[in-house]
Amino acid sequence: MSKTHVSTTINGDPVEFLCEPEQTLLDVLRDELYLTGSKEGCASGDCGACSVMLDGRLVCSCLVLGPELNGRTVETIEGMATGDQLHPLQQKFLEHAALQCGICTPGFLVAAKALLEKNPDPTETEVRYWLAGNLCRCTGYDKIIRAVLDTASEMRGS
Amino acid sequence: MSQALKLDDKAQELKWVGTRPVRPDGVDKVTGRAKFGADFNVPGMLTGKVLRSPHPHALIKSIDTSKAEALPGVKAVITRDDMQDMASEFVPAGEMLVNYRDMVRNVMAREKSLYDGHAVAAVAATNAAVALKALKLIKVEYEPLPHVIDVLEAMKPDAPLLHDDMITEGVEPKPSKASNVSKRVEFGLGDVAAGFDKADVIIERAFDTKPVHQGYIEPHACVASYTEDGQAELWCSTQGHFVVRTHCARMLGMDVSKIRVTASEIGGGFGGKTVVYLEPLALALSRKSGAPVKMVMSRDEVFRATGPTSGAHVWVKVGATKDGRITAAEAELKYQAGAFQGSPVQPGCMCAFAPYDLENVKVVGYDVVTNRPKVAAYRAPGGPISEYGVECVIDELARKLDLDPVEFRLQNAAKEGTHAAYGPKFGPIGLVETLDAVKSHDHYKTKLGPNQGRGVASGFWFNIGGETCVALNINEDGSATLMAGTPDIGGSRASLALMAAETLGIDYDKVRPIIGDTSSLGYTFLTGGSRATFSSGMATVEAAQEAIRELCVRAAKIWEIPEDAVVWEDGHAKPAGKNAGDFEPMSLADIAKMAGKTGGPIVGYTKINAQGAAPSFGTHLVDVEVDKELGRVTVVRYTVVQDAGKAVHPAYVEGQFQGGAVQGIGWALNEEYVYGKDGRMQNPGFLDYRIPVASDVPMIDTVIVEVPNPRHPYGVRGVGETPIIPPMAAIANAVADALGIRFSELPMSPPKVLKAIEAANGAGD
Repeated sequence: MSKTHVSTTINGDPVEFLCEPEQTLLDVLRDELYLTGSKEGCASGDCGACSVMLDGRLVCSCLVLGPELNGRTVETIEGMATGDQLHPLQQKFLEHAALQCGICTPGFLVAAKALLEKNPDPTETEVRYWLAGNLCRCTGYDKIIRAVLDTASEMRGS
Repeated sequence: MSQALKLDDKAQELKWVGTRPVRPDGVDKVTGRAKFGADFNVPGMLTGKVLRSPHPHALIKSIDTSKAEALPGVKAVITRDDMQDMASEFVPAGEMLVNYRDMVRNVMAREKSLYDGHAVAAVAATNAAVALKALKLIKVEYEPLPHVIDVLEAMKPDAPLLHDDMITEGVEPKPSKASNVSKRVEFGLGDVAAGFDKADVIIERAFDTKPVHQGYIEPHACVASYTEDGQAELWCSTQGHFVVRTHCARMLGMDVSKIRVTASEIGGGFGGKTVVYLEPLALALSRKSGAPVKMVMSRDEVFRATGPTSGAHVWVKVGATKDGRITAAEAELKYQAGAFQGSPVQPGCMCAFAPYDLENVKVVGYDVVTNRPKVAAYRAPGGPISEYGVECVIDELARKLDLDPVEFRLQNAAKEGTHAAYGPKFGPIGLVETLDAVKSHDHYKTKLGPNQGRGVASGFWFNIGGETCVALNINEDGSATLMAGTPDIGGSRASLALMAAETLGIDYDKVRPIIGDTSSLGYTFLTGGSRATFSSGMATVEAAQEAIRELCVRAAKIWEIPEDAVVWEDGHAKPAGKNAGDFEPMSLADIAKMAGKTGGPIVGYTKINAQGAAPSFGTHLVDVEVDKELGRVTVVRYTVVQDAGKAVHPAYVEGQFQGGAVQGIGWALNEEYVYGKDGRMQNPGFLDYRIPVASDVPMIDTVIVEVPNPRHPYGVRGVGETPIIPPMAAIANAVADALGIRFSELPMSPPKVLKAIEAANGAGD
């Protein structure tokens, strides 16, 4: 089967690519565009390591097909920092030691950013339920939750 | 080698050790830059895929790969015929042993498929779609055999035999018939029968645990590139690239020097990435195809084909006097090894009663093969299973004696000088300190709500040292590059940089730590056994001391005074006293920039077999709430107390405590391999094999106890494994406190809890 030509916007830049009909958005990001910050932990939408924003909505990129991307907007972990300025969430994850191995971290950051854009003042329970689609096996979640709550508090203050 | 830093003197003046700076690899990991196993690509790379057996037990009569080989885009197909057979030989692998005869059969089935998911062939093709299509064209003729999944079933005399030549070791006289029991081990002290005679109360119970998977979020991945001159490069996600090199060289018949292995960033391991699966296959495919080959497992493959830890049947008996002194303790452990011998039953036996000072102990263990994936190390391999049973019985005994469970443990706790049942006498250890900390913790005093219960349990793990190399290059501007050989799985680069900065007397951010590849450093054993910060830390300090000696020599040269007239203080060379002369102190940077004129590069290089690893004890405290209508157990409060020796970077020590506790919560309440009657795993995905998510757990409080390890320059013990030992028993004890029902089977999942509640109410059927 021939490849599909797709025009899309990724992290603010126009991007064109060719993909097989069965390639997922995650496959395209990782294998065609070499944006390997989004990770594959399960390929079934259970782990959240591939979380990206698609037209402003948080999705698992392993559950979206590449050809669906035409004319749409994708934001990945690679677009989260601005120039040499880390996003406050990235900074707080570092300060709180909210990562150990770091494989789940890009997904958590993308998901947490989506939460704070929707709800700048979440409770601990709200953070925990929002992030329930992101698996972390190292941290026990404690420091991740604290980092998100601390970021929310700081961003509200500024 | 000198260990110049005295703990007592140093405790007051540490500048870096014990602080919480941002980790050196942090920015790469929050921006998506960090390269994990599957993130590595090389030009001209092929994609490798594995064909896996659907049969839990079957003879492999023939494999026809001709159609797959003929498919356009297929560059190589390998089967058992491409892997040389190997003789039985046991080699140490962390806390366990491996056998090459079994390893080569585990990476590629030979005579038989021994579990659902066992590799039978592998393909390298120009892309994944072609590779997957090729797998479907491989014809394997199987002759299915009866299988056995359960450990007790596998021990029955008429059980299907996995290996016709398996004669149980450790039994006198030697059995004449093969069985599924590979070995029997026994540890003990004193006379248990006499000890039980002195007991006023005896509790005896049997427990069952299910295999659980390490559940690292990153599937196994590697890229192998074999060249025409017989050299190879391998990039992979591993806890020990030197160990990978050893195994691959043996399996491919290569010189060790011809394989260069680079460890990628590792997306979790917990013991599960101490062994090889894809790596030898990728090398063999690359050799056959002449092109680099990338292989990445799917999550389904991770569950079906990589090692979880053992499921087990555990029997425990403990007796005590009315006033709370344990008189005897006995246990029998039957651990599943999976398809090949080598469960962690031996460390399980050794750990079982280690937290207690006992005169009469006997522990017997059996290593049993079943038609499941071969188990791999999982965080304190073997310990959580045996200590779960023991800590439940200890709790029940305390209650029967009407004693506080912490007091009961304190009365019997192991301390410095205690003769452990597995052999050694303990040096300074911190179990009593953890129990005292629990007793005085606010958590222990708060009132419980309705349907809530509180549980406590202690845990012990040995920790190990071993072969370790570190290179410390003092750069010309006074910064330092530190190269270690233990892959950084949870922040160890930060800890090593802190110890280097502390010893050299320079700022933390002047030290840049990296993980060297196998051709850049001498043999370094893997990240496991909680050894990375301990062993590489010890080697780092020694490398820094070597660099300091050289820095002093250079200062002496510049000042034209004897070498022994120079001392190193606060990152500066200084004259040792008035007689040495009057010179302005020279900083590390001052000396480094003149290195070319004073004798050349300044490097500290350490090669040690790190000795003096010291055990870490922990005690966990947990409150649960049971929904009596749904049978769901919710952890509402959790406190981990553990002896770290010295917390070099306390945030990552807390992280180990918290992560271990939550893995333990999963083991206690949810996680299990579910098998159908067909011997196939039914839940090989994160939807059905449910690890804890953020909304399942509360914040995990931590208390770091520091009873320094006198054998380490900064007192480090190693902390990574102990935290997963107490949770299962602590939670079971809390559930018993809430319901008055004792569970003896893991996981305590809602259907089982509900059934028990209904049975207790007389409403069950």
